Amino acid sequence: MRLLNRPLGRLSRHRRGPVAGLLVVLLGLVLTGGLYAAFSPASARENDSAAQIKSGRQLFLVGCSFCHGSNGQGVKTLDGNQLGPSLVGVGAAAVDFQVGTGRMPAVQLGPQVQQKEVTYTPDEIAELAAYVASLGPGPAIPTASDYSLAGLTDAQREEAIARGGQIFLTNCTACHNFEGSGGAMPRGGYAPKIRGVEPKYIFEAMLTGPQAMDNFSNGNLSVDEKRDIIAYLQSLQDNPDYGGFGMGGIGPVSEGLFAWLVGIGSLVGVATWIAAHTARTSKEKAES
Amino acid sequence: MAPDNLPETTHGDHTPVATHEPIPDPGLPAHQWRPTDVDPKAERRAERQVASLFVLAALGAVGFIASYVIFKVGDNPDTIANLGASNLMLGLCLAVTLLGMGAGMIQLARKLMADHEIVEMRHPAASSQADREAAVDILKTGLDESGLGRRPLIRNTLLAAGGVLGLLPVVMLRDLGPLPGDKLDHTIWDIDTWTPEMQAWWTTQNRTLQRVVRDVVGTPIKVTELEIGDLVNAEPEVMFAVDAETKQPIVEGTQLLVDKSKAAVILHRMLPSDIVSAQTLNWSVDGIVCYSKICTHVGCPISLNERTTHHLLCPCHQSTFDLADSGRVLFGPAARALPQLQLTVDDEGYLAAKRDFTEPVGPSFWERG
Repeated sequence: MRLLNRPLGRLSRHRRGPVAGLLVVLLGLVLTGGLYAAFSPASARENDSAAQIKSGRQLFLVGCSFCHGSNGQGVKTLDGNQLGPSLVGVGAAAVDFQVGTGRMPAVQLGPQVQQKEVTYTPDEIAELAAYVASLGPGPAIPTASDYSLAGLTDAQREEAIARGGQIFLTNCTACHNFEGSGGAMPRGGYAPKIRGVEPKYIFEAMLTGPQAMDNFSNGNLSVDEKRDIIAYLQSLQDNPDYGGFGMGGIGPVSEGLFAWLVGIGSLVGVATWIAAHTARTSKEKAES
Repeated sequence: MAPDNLPETTHGDHTPVATHEPIPDPGLPAHQWRPTDVDPKAERRAERQVASLFVLAALGAVGFIASYVIFKVGDNPDTIANLGASNLMLGLCLAVTLLGMGAGMIQLARKLMADHEIVEMRHPAASSQADREAAVDILKTGLDESGLGRRPLIRNTLLAAGGVLGLLPVVMLRDLGPLPGDKLDHTIWDIDTWTPEMQAWWTTQNRTLQRVVRDVVGTPIKVTELEIGDLVNAEPEVMFAVDAETKQPIVEGTQLLVDKSKAAVILHRMLPSDIVSAQTLNWSVDGIVCYSKICTHVGCPISLNERTTHHLLCPCHQSTFDLADSGRVLFGPAARALPQLQLTVDDEGYLAAKRDFTEPVGPSFWERG
């Protein structure tokens, strides 16, 4: 103890120094913060899901139950139409997509629910997702390793992009256009543009089939095949339009319209200019 | 006046006809000069304008050569605003050159070139009477001297030769054949129509039912792998058959494209209670239905499906088919329901075709009536 007492005694001599109080407070803060960071999330994670589900249910009752029912069972209108579909078994992925891209909560009924500003915070979305996932087994939110090409060699990447392109052109192009620019669907619906969409949301959309879209579950297109599709879309975005302005890649109709209206229109303009009357003056030419 | 009512004064030369006008000719209005004709300043300005357009054109051409030299093409091309820099600048420079030359020439002609007004009188379009009679004489003489009128044998044999010559292109239409026979009635789903190589491969497989496999990757599909609402673009498995020794695909080239354009199908899983018609229910497996992917209107591949309604839409002309009800046409120009493929499950639990389509796939054709 004497060994310990001596340095402590030496330290103790400074206890009334001008900065001592400040140092002690700082030490206390650092210790508290450090200890909290070290232990608190771990302990919180243990009852994470139960707490999340609980607060998710509160959010659900306020924001979603009007259309989806107080237990997520779906609500039918008096004439037999579906107001909101049942959410039993749609999984966390569906919630993360619908709420995370701002499609839900819907503000008004129509041919298609529009994408708008996101209403909930990421934590709230996670709570809602946990609650809906607790209603019945469904697809979970994909992790980054599901859709990222990290860890592949360059050759493997190229192969993945090429295969993704073929799968995309076979399965997705019909509705979403060959460059992912989107397209029209019956009765006022549309397939949205999917270039520039976060990979996670593309993955979740395939997994859950939002609104009228078919789903492409992991049994239909494997996780790797989905990853390849996303890699292909990414490559479309990264590659320059080598041939020139692509006009949004919405297809031959827009290109034809451009040629007819802008191209031929400007030719007509030039022809009119060529044939137009030259400016004339009332002055007489001085005889030379 | 001549008997054919032509004015006589026009014979030979093209001098205008002097006729009596009911209203006196007011003559031409006085010539109005252009600003560049009367104002030397304007003239010099126009001169500078035209010259600068030509200089701009020259600069464009120089820019073209510079862009050709400067910008990198190939695997890792230079870009400007995510556009290929070489193509973009070559095009823009060429446009500036041609536009500068053109605009300069037009300005030159309109502002600086001589500004005379010229009067040219109209004159009759027909040849003179003597010329026309001479032409008829020549024809008559030719007919007389050839003797075709007097020698009917020569005339008739010539006509016959001409007629047979006309038949030649008609005979060559034969090359459009041979007629397809019953090829349009079957697809590659029918094992009996396979080539010997395909048959040989099939005997190595030791199975009786042809599987429905995923397009592009060629993997077989288990019923349990599909969820309600899944849509699969699929093909017959022989499309992906590979020769065991040479590792080469058995169906390839033109044959692959032709077969694919007829045999492509889509699988869609729905709640069995959603299925309307008895045939669709009987030909499905646990709510999985299988239809031809080829529109019955003009043969576009269709896979715009709405999961909620099971309506399949063709992107070309908006024909809409009900997958829950035997592919019935709901809307659009298609005249026939979408052919359904009878599905079953083989010994190993994979989806397979019970048999070929029972009707021709794709657009209607003449012999189908």
